Amino acid sequence: MIEVKNIQKKFDDKVVIEEVSARMEAGRCNLIIGASGSGKTVLMKCMVGLLNPDLGSIFYNGNNFTAMEAEAKTLIRKEIGMLFQGSALFDSLTVEENIMFPLNMFTQDTTGEKLKRVNAVLERVNLAGVNKKYPAELSGGMKKRVALARAVVLNPKYLFCDEPNSGLDPQTSLVIDKLIRDLTLEYQITTVINTHDMNSVMEIGDYILYMYQGKKEWEGTRKEIIFSKNQRLNDFIFASEFLRDAKDMRMLEETGKIPNDRDMDQMTRP
Amino acid sequence: MTLLADIGRFFIMLKGMFKKLENRQMYWKELMRQCTEIGFGSLGIVTIISVFIGAVSTIQTAYQLVSPLIPISTIAQIVRDTVILEFAPTLVCVVLAGVAGSRIASELGNMRVSEQIDALEIMGINTKTYLILPKIVAAMLMIPLLVIIAMVLGIWGGRLAGTAAGIISPNLFDKGLMSDFLPYNVFFALTKSYVFSFILSSIPAFYGYHVQGGALEIGKASTKAVVVSCVLILFADYILSALLL
Repeated sequence: MIEVKNIQKKFDDKVVIEEVSARMEAGRCNLIIGASGSGKTVLMKCMVGLLNPDLGSIFYNGNNFTAMEAEAKTLIRKEIGMLFQGSALFDSLTVEENIMFPLNMFTQDTTGEKLKRVNAVLERVNLAGVNKKYPAELSGGMKKRVALARAVVLNPKYLFCDEPNSGLDPQTSLVIDKLIRDLTLEYQITTVINTHDMNSVMEIGDYILYMYQGKKEWEGTRKEIIFSKNQRLNDFIFASEFLRDAKDMRMLEETGKIPNDRDMDQMTRP
Repeated sequence: MTLLADIGRFFIMLKGMFKKLENRQMYWKELMRQCTEIGFGSLGIVTIISVFIGAVSTIQTAYQLVSPLIPISTIAQIVRDTVILEFAPTLVCVVLAGVAGSRIASELGNMRVSEQIDALEIMGINTKTYLILPKIVAAMLMIPLLVIIAMVLGIWGGRLAGTAAGIISPNLFDKGLMSDFLPYNVFFALTKSYVFSFILSSIPAFYGYHVQGGALEIGKASTKAVVVSCVLILFADYILSALLL
């Protein structure tokens, strides 16, 4: 579980995050949503320690991460996996070497054991057999899946995903969302996702934190978001006519007026 | 003010490199990779410039030594001392600041911009120790070796050019080469090469590691790294010459 308490971050005189608090539970997909420039990425960077907040604290399972010494922070970081917006795969290494990198660095396993683990996670992200390819030879969606495999290869307790669907087609986005959701449930990971993809919000958002101009504007579940009266949130989430229609449909489903027969597993099946 | 801030950040970066290693084997592997890239990767250009610099030194020294009172073997002495004292350490390191320095700056800059450095940080790896320290150590191990090779090749190039142009016979060149040789000159040249190799690896690493922005900024950082390294090498050359000679 990750708890964010009254986080504030300024760059020069510009306040980017102001008094944001949130509680993100294990085994759930916790989404941070908001328009570009609303402070989502800065909040995530503060949470993983890439930026230091000016005020407030971040707690990992009750331990104050913000107040920790560098060595203690490193121990927490070893329990964190992160999927970056641009995948951040090491260009000079093959897929196999990329995924094996954390294993080489932090485990004493034999090469055979490490290879077995690499193949297992590659299979988990439906990429078996691409071991010897370089990142430059992969499509955007494949890179994201390799990055996801690398992020979970050490069985992290916490998984952070920064815009996991940016630049991907809707179907590949669904595949990535499903993978993240399944891994979260399977390993009971505390997953934090930065996104402005509305599909992700409605499909996997167990907890949603909506940021507006650096402040927490709204929080709730994907069911609650349907019935929310928050105007800013509604304008952001249901921006188009199509999405407003989809919202109406979802409201009818949630109130039991029409059946809900959607199946994410079936939608992502090739 | 920016200069002072940069100097401060440079020393913080150096201090940050000396942390406990997560896995010695991985650092050793990275060091060997850097040794290969900096050492063998620069061998070609070092060979070419050394041979030609030696050759040009012989021809130009002969052109200026017009007095019949000066023995012809003096050409070899002058070529030897110029190559050992100046051309091999300084010129080679200035060229390497361009070759290896820009590679270091652009590699780290690209890693920074594409969030690869952040990815390493998230894994709990000290990126300064893992990415910068091996580059500096590899440069300080390999560049003095390259400078020694440059000394040998420079003198050999001078001998070759002198013979080919009919300026000096090989025997006379060898005789001049061995007369009044001061081993201290080699020590001085190696001292310079250690200082220069630190400059040409740490300065580009600093600029590359701290890149902010995109591809354009990587290019700017790379250029700035090379320019600053070259100026500092020349400045250090003057200081070391004043102190040690």
